Amino acid sequence: MMLSVKDLNVYYGPIHAVKGVSFAVDQGEIVTLIGANGAGKSTILKTVSGLLKPKSGEVDFMGKKISGTAPHKIVELGIAHVPEGRRIFTRMTVEENLEMGAFTAPSSSIEEGKEQVFQRFPRLKERRKQTAGTLSGGEQQMLAMGRALMSKPSLMMLDEPSMGLAPILVEQVFDIIRELHEAGTTILLVEQNAQMALSIADRAYVLETGKISLSGTGRELAESESVRKAYLGG
Amino acid sequence: MIVLQQLINGLQLGSVYALIALGYSMVYGIILLLNFAHGDIIMVGGYIALLIIAAGISPLVAVIASVAGCTVLACLIEKAAYTPLRSAPRISLLITAIGVSYFLENVAQLILGADPRVFPNTAVIPAVNYNIGGLNVSLTTLVTLSVAVVSMAALTVLVQKTKMGKAMRAVSEDMGAAQMMGININSTITFTFAIGAVLAGIGAILYCCKYPQVKPTTGYLLGLKAFVAAVLGGIGSIPGAMLGGLAIGVAEVVVTALGYSTWTDAVVFAILIVVLLVKPTGFMGASLNEKV
Repeated sequence: MMLSVKDLNVYYGPIHAVKGVSFAVDQGEIVTLIGANGAGKSTILKTVSGLLKPKSGEVDFMGKKISGTAPHKIVELGIAHVPEGRRIFTRMTVEENLEMGAFTAPSSSIEEGKEQVFQRFPRLKERRKQTAGTLSGGEQQMLAMGRALMSKPSLMMLDEPSMGLAPILVEQVFDIIRELHEAGTTILLVEQNAQMALSIADRAYVLETGKISLSGTGRELAESESVRKAYLGG
Repeated sequence: MIVLQQLINGLQLGSVYALIALGYSMVYGIILLLNFAHGDIIMVGGYIALLIIAAGISPLVAVIASVAGCTVLACLIEKAAYTPLRSAPRISLLITAIGVSYFLENVAQLILGADPRVFPNTAVIPAVNYNIGGLNVSLTTLVTLSVAVVSMAALTVLVQKTKMGKAMRAVSEDMGAAQMMGININSTITFTFAIGAVLAGIGAILYCCKYPQVKPTTGYLLGLKAFVAAVLGGIGSIPGAMLGGLAIGVAEVVVTALGYSTWTDAVVFAILIVVLLVKPTGFMGASLNEKV
């Protein structure tokens, strides 16, 4: 197992947001966590990347315990996190955003990394000197993904990458996720757009109020009666 | 001619305020703390230089030791007093900063006494005056202006071009996202305090060369005025702090030149009140939206 989460409990003050969640991601997989707003999906990703400390439970990456490790060390281990709402640095240029993504990478590899990102996202190349706040929503999502790629992650976690995007851009984002996966990156995807997420996922977990209520392959869940009712609009 | 003369005097004082205001503004930009202990760092810097020169050691060593001492002290304060409060409400941090300020002032008073000591300013910068096109300009003025310009240019390059400077900007915009990039926020914050303290240390020496006296409360009013300068320029903004500092310096000198020298402090704080009422974001401040 590349990433394994065991009996994770996370609190926000008195609020028990994640209740005994266990799941795993194998090398080369696309795994998705789906569920309604507030189910605890983002909380799980933030705990994996070290931004939140679990009350109990463990997160292991490549056979090593990472819960309790500082976030910047976790990035060095090869986990990149594309956060909900993109959270690009709006006052910095596109290029500077990419450099921040490569913060843990050796400086000799930054130019090459940028070129690779520009190849994948030609729009970003055109706008490399622009401040990131002036980009459109779709471009900002591209930048958030490109920025995460700069650290050459082996596991990429994406939190609601389709949020707030027009349908055509949603398609594009998912195409890119597929391409990244084909290029060898393992993907952990959190989505409210369950239909899209299940269509590309090898395996999926359904979260309900902090607990995993269902799991299976993407296809199984897409065909499951309860998932269809709850998340796929009948 | 007299206007030009006063302008030069104002810029000299203003560049000291600007150097100190930068530390206020950068620290606020990164952890939203008004570091009221920042002014007292200057007092410590003044004493370090004064005592070393009094011991008969070269003024150059004294200046370097003073700047280094300010930097180490600021980092220690950050580690001991502010880091444990990283996730505490901002008001706790602010109260702590005020506490640290009183602590430094009282420790200084305990060790060195409350009486002002004379700063050997001519040992640092010789008392030489030049007549440039009818203007009377002292060497201290020339050194102050050029050191301030070089420091601010160096700071701009540091913040805009270096990896650490970019990390500072990233942390100041979104700490969580910066962590996700692999930026070590603790060391970035400490670095910000260190840079602010280097500038304050330089400001301390330049200030003491102009007003050759150090006492435990030296940093109190000076710090508050630099804070006003930072607010006037737009707290959190680096060019704003530079501009605000110069503006406050010139305003003070103009008030003095008009014959109201006892009113200078009142005018500075009146400026603060007006800025807060009319344009709380200052010259170049970003919007005051709370970080989410």
